[in-house]
Amino acid sequence: MKKIVLALAGIVLLVAAAVVYTVSSRHDTAEAGPAAQLTLAPGQLFYRDTATGRVGAVPLADPGAKPQLSGLKCDRFAVARQTAVCLAVKPGTLPAVTDVLVLDGGLGVRHTETLPGTPSRARVSPDGKRVYWTLFVTGDSYAQTGFSTRAGLYEVDTGRLVKTIEELPVFVGGKRYFAADVNYWGITFAPDGNRFYATLGSKGKTYLVEADYGRYRGKAVRENVECPSLSPDGRRVAFKKKVGEGVWRLSVLDLGSLAETELAETRSVDDQALWQDDHTVLYGLENAVWAVPADGSGTPRQLVGGAASPAVTG
Amino acid sequence: MYIAASRTSDLAAGTDRKPALKRVSANVLALGAVSLVTDVSSEMVTAVLPLYLVLGLGLNPLQFGLLDGLYAGATAVVRVLGGHLADRWRRLKAVAGFGYGLSAVCKLGLVAAGSSVAAIGVVLAADRTGKGLRTGPRDALISLSSEPEALGRSFGVHRAMDTVGAFLGPLVAMAVLALSLGSYTSVFFTSFCIAAIAVLLLALFVHDRPGVADRTAVSLRAALGLLRQQDFRRVALWAALLGLVTVGDSFVYLVLQRRWDIAATWFPLLPLGTAGVYLVLAVPLGKLADRIGRWPVFLGGHAALCLALVLLCGPQAGLWLGIIALGLHGVFYAATDGVLMAAAGPLIPRDLRATGMAVVQTGQAVARMLSSVLFGLAWTLWDLRPAVLAAAACLAAVALAAALAKPVRP
Repeated sequence: MKKIVLALAGIVLLVAAAVVYTVSSRHDTAEAGPAAQLTLAPGQLFYRDTATGRVGAVPLADPGAKPQLSGLKCDRFAVARQTAVCLAVKPGTLPAVTDVLVLDGGLGVRHTETLPGTPSRARVSPDGKRVYWTLFVTGDSYAQTGFSTRAGLYEVDTGRLVKTIEELPVFVGGKRYFAADVNYWGITFAPDGNRFYATLGSKGKTYLVEADYGRYRGKAVRENVECPSLSPDGRRVAFKKKVGEGVWRLSVLDLGSLAETELAETRSVDDQALWQDDHTVLYGLENAVWAVPADGSGTPRQLVGGAASPAVTG
Repeated sequence: MYIAASRTSDLAAGTDRKPALKRVSANVLALGAVSLVTDVSSEMVTAVLPLYLVLGLGLNPLQFGLLDGLYAGATAVVRVLGGHLADRWRRLKAVAGFGYGLSAVCKLGLVAAGSSVAAIGVVLAADRTGKGLRTGPRDALISLSSEPEALGRSFGVHRAMDTVGAFLGPLVAMAVLALSLGSYTSVFFTSFCIAAIAVLLLALFVHDRPGVADRTAVSLRAALGLLRQQDFRRVALWAALLGLVTVGDSFVYLVLQRRWDIAATWFPLLPLGTAGVYLVLAVPLGKLADRIGRWPVFLGGHAALCLALVLLCGPQAGLWLGIIALGLHGVFYAATDGVLMAAAGPLIPRDLRATGMAVVQTGQAVARMLSSVLFGLAWTLWDLRPAVLAAAACLAAVALAAALAKPVRP
């Protein structure tokens, strides 16, 4: 009898502790300060404020200025022209489900797609006509706790949705490539809105795939290239190069000469790089947004702290 | 001497049949409750950890999968150590309790680790160590608390309760995420509180080693001597050999998904399907094992898996075939997991029960890990279907050989 009383008392105490902790963390994550009304006006650096999850903006010319935080919560955010995309995982969904929000120039929601997975990468094509994303999906993986990736896209003006580009016919070394474990991640479109690049991962290797959206086929042009990002002039690709297990180095590949340049950032970067312009590359690292020259010179410089997923309006 | 005695009582089983729950001791039910509550705690972390790593910390989960595989191998050693220390100190409950306690504290460790990847790695390793330490002593306690003729039923009841916990874990995690507006640390903290409840239940209601123990010295030499005993060695060896030709869960689900083109949203339901069948059949198959013999049921489970693999690769891909294959996968678990422990238990002297069970489990676990690597290789070389068919053929051959060898006589 004494034991039962003791057990019940303990259980009540522990359950109460859990409930108090859970309910009190509601307040921690609650809004701090009113939300600013942001627009996609040129000259801004957008980012995800890592403390609140809200999308914030600072002037690109003066990133140290007081940031403005919107009411929009995203895990990944990207912009081009008058289109933005926000990937936000739905709270309380297990396994995770992500809302892909297509936003207009005033950050109003134009369209929503709900897809399985956890946000990883997001981009908008330079013409603002397509948004694309990469999600991590649990389950169809090869290790018990492994993940696979699913890269998809949405045509803003036609409403066409490609849930995954896994079915893209692809050629490696001139031969059509088939494998059960094909994964794609990190799509990047050229200014013409047709040519695009992505990472193909299969059998422990990664390839840079160059593809034609209209003809819907692609070919591997180089090995060990992950998360490509095409420069505004469409001639170079910034990417992360695997230099060790779980260690990546930011590099730039000249598509004409296939010459590779390692950037001045020596730390491991696990992000899809973003071109601020033809000379500077931005990326998220260690809870901050950084900038580094695209030609391998100079040193990295921190733009905004407590930030991730940079996006710029040109 | 003891072994012979327990085997005769095994042979006498199945004659008198009392109602099910009366034959399962209070200690087994208490251990089942501890496992149930612990599984709620650990499964809620398992469910949110990937989300936390990717969204909260911005990690690349592909890399984390690798790390996780590494831990699985490392805990094999800890498992035998836990079993051995429990026997040596004659403190099964204490060692199991330490394992449960360590895993509970690790949930707080996840809260404290913050965004440090290294700290999270250390915490997860410690969590796995706790799991490795407790499993052998716990199964030894179940085995020692049961009448020899009802071992299968006892393990069935324990495993069924365990599975209920695994079902509840993700649901509790979802509720916490909804209540806390998506705070991961709330999930970890709640997980700690629930794990602490399990430790409390263990401390209050589980009794250490009932009955009088044989006064044989429990030394490292005696533990190694276990492997010199023919009966025990044969069971351990066959269990490991069968483990080597067993296709891992994730591969089974993967084949199901590829052939039946299951939408990703439904994919997580596949493990739930297996667990559901396991939950329903754990007790009946445990009872069946007590009546007709544990080894035949254990091998029958492998036959079910073999059949499931053949169905998965057959010419037809109807919906019903997929459901049957998934059901057979559940049968495989219900007929093997607890039943193997029930089969091995009586072959191990009471004083070495925890060590012996840990040795059998470790052999099986290492073999299954190796099998995953080999299967992954075969898949890469030959593609999925030929690899599955080859695995099914190997499984059938080894299971047939094991049936002819009959390592457990009754």
